[in-house]
Amino acid sequence: MDISALPIVADGPVHEHRTVRLEGGLDLECGVHLAPLEIAYCTYGTLSPARDNAILVCHALTGDQYLAEQHPLTGKPGWWSRMVGPGLPIDTDRYFVVCSNVLGGCMGTTGPRSVCAENGKAWDSAFPPITMHDIVAAQAKLIDHLGIGRLFAVIGGSMGGMQALTWAADFPDRVFAAMPIATSPFHSAQNIAFNEVSRQAIFADPDWHDGHYRDFDAIPARGLGVARMMAHITYLSEEALSRKFGRRIRHDAATAVPASSSPSLFGEMFEVESYLRHQGSSFVRRFDANSYLTITRAMDYFDLAAEHDGDLANPFRKSQTRFCVVSFSSDWLFPTSQSRLLVRALNRAGANVSFVEIESDRGHDAFLLEEPDFDRTIRGFINGAAEHAALLAGEG
Amino acid sequence: MRVDQRLIAEMIAPRARVLDVGSGDGTLIDYLYRTRSCDARGIEIDMQNVTQSVAHGLPVMHGDADHDLADYPDGTFDYVVLQRTLQAVERPREVLRQMLRIGRYAIVSFPNFGHWRLRLQLLTTGRMPMTSVWSTPWYTTPNIHPCTIRDFLVLCEEEGYVVQQWLAIDEDGARAPWRRSIRLANLFGEQAMFLLRRAEP
Repeated sequence: MDISALPIVADGPVHEHRTVRLEGGLDLECGVHLAPLEIAYCTYGTLSPARDNAILVCHALTGDQYLAEQHPLTGKPGWWSRMVGPGLPIDTDRYFVVCSNVLGGCMGTTGPRSVCAENGKAWDSAFPPITMHDIVAAQAKLIDHLGIGRLFAVIGGSMGGMQALTWAADFPDRVFAAMPIATSPFHSAQNIAFNEVSRQAIFADPDWHDGHYRDFDAIPARGLGVARMMAHITYLSEEALSRKFGRRIRHDAATAVPASSSPSLFGEMFEVESYLRHQGSSFVRRFDANSYLTITRAMDYFDLAAEHDGDLANPFRKSQTRFCVVSFSSDWLFPTSQSRLLVRALNRAGANVSFVEIESDRGHDAFLLEEPDFDRTIRGFINGAAEHAALLAGEG
Repeated sequence: MRVDQRLIAEMIAPRARVLDVGSGDGTLIDYLYRTRSCDARGIEIDMQNVTQSVAHGLPVMHGDADHDLADYPDGTFDYVVLQRTLQAVERPREVLRQMLRIGRYAIVSFPNFGHWRLRLQLLTTGRMPMTSVWSTPWYTTPNIHPCTIRDFLVLCEEEGYVVQQWLAIDEDGARAPWRRSIRLANLFGEQAMFLLRRAEP
């Protein structure tokens, strides 16, 4: 599908997200006071009377709060519905699972699409810069609102893992167990570089209009689509791409070159191209370009060690949190070496840490896919932590 | 659980902080956690074992004795355990130093290269000995630093470690009756187990 042929939907389909509106707002690290603060979220399972069985799942860059239910825009199953549910590794029969749209997002939480209280206009590209700490501070306000003091666990992959780490660093007494998956304690130069290419693709789109595209009833669909296509490559691996597509060429009628016309060099030809174009075009229908810019920047800023006198152990000293760090062998976006750096820092801090590298050839996205060893690891770590918390005392 | 693991467990006080270096399938730390309420953690080099341990809810990280002990702060643990692995590490002396830096006590077991059968084989055949304990040929063996019980005692003395307790054990891990004489233990003990601590300054 050609991205330029897409219908332009400036505001996206209207859907009522479940949100909480906090009039008190949030003080951002940049100094801006953001009020009111709206947080869109989903919950699964039941909060125990002692309020001690809550698991916060943090979503990745382009994820959202629709963790384990049908997505209202795409109609697809929740992004982790194979992991979260009754009897699944994150078992909603036993745990109260919360997932909220990140600050700066575009699925109901305060972000660039929200209205700035001062001038009554949408923030768009004027939305203040946010950090991982701001994202987590906003989540903490939701957790306060839900009446939960200490989270039994904070779990997240990729940027969700950055949030899990930030939770453990910023609120050590409120996190009993943390599971940073396929993530890193800092955003690497390579990852910043990829993000920069994504951003430049958006800026180069004629429909960008300096970020005020909505005033022009436009969206920078080509730029955002290209950004997504490029980013999507980094979520896979060469092996996975070769296995899935190889050098196969599309043979369907829609794209076949008629014998009479001159052949087009750059029409859809290889299957991998068609796959990426589909990824790009479906993405622009559900995601806002300004949100993409805001959140990628928050990832780029992320460097826990730099914020703590250059020693990654510092934020975790005296931490009572149980950590389980998970990496995937073929993940080149957040490679195992970065997880190992984190594990070493946690050891220097004397923290209780488990560390597993899951053997997989599916790259960074493996954490979203069917990986039996990963499922067993999550289930086992949660059960072990629960046993330790004496959470399930009496259940045998 | 192996008999020698039971002997190790008996050396460890309840509720102690324990690091098992080379925790295998996690049997010992699981036992220490369940029966002695220990804060027992593991480091394991084999990823399948690590995954299996974590899937059982045990705090185990992928790593090895040579590279991953240096990170822990001094005195993090009461006991640091190294089972049947000393002969296979790159730098045994450094590993022991690290164990007794991060732990108050070190519990070390290793196969004794001074056993009479090994001595006899080398003497009579002139070839590298092969027994059920030393069962891999010289060109594939992971055991790159074999030592005898006496060798180990000399190292402890050089390094200033106090031998709090020692015992010789047979192939199955049961305690052997050579408790009084090191000379006899070094001849008849197939494996040895030591409980060490740093000398008081």
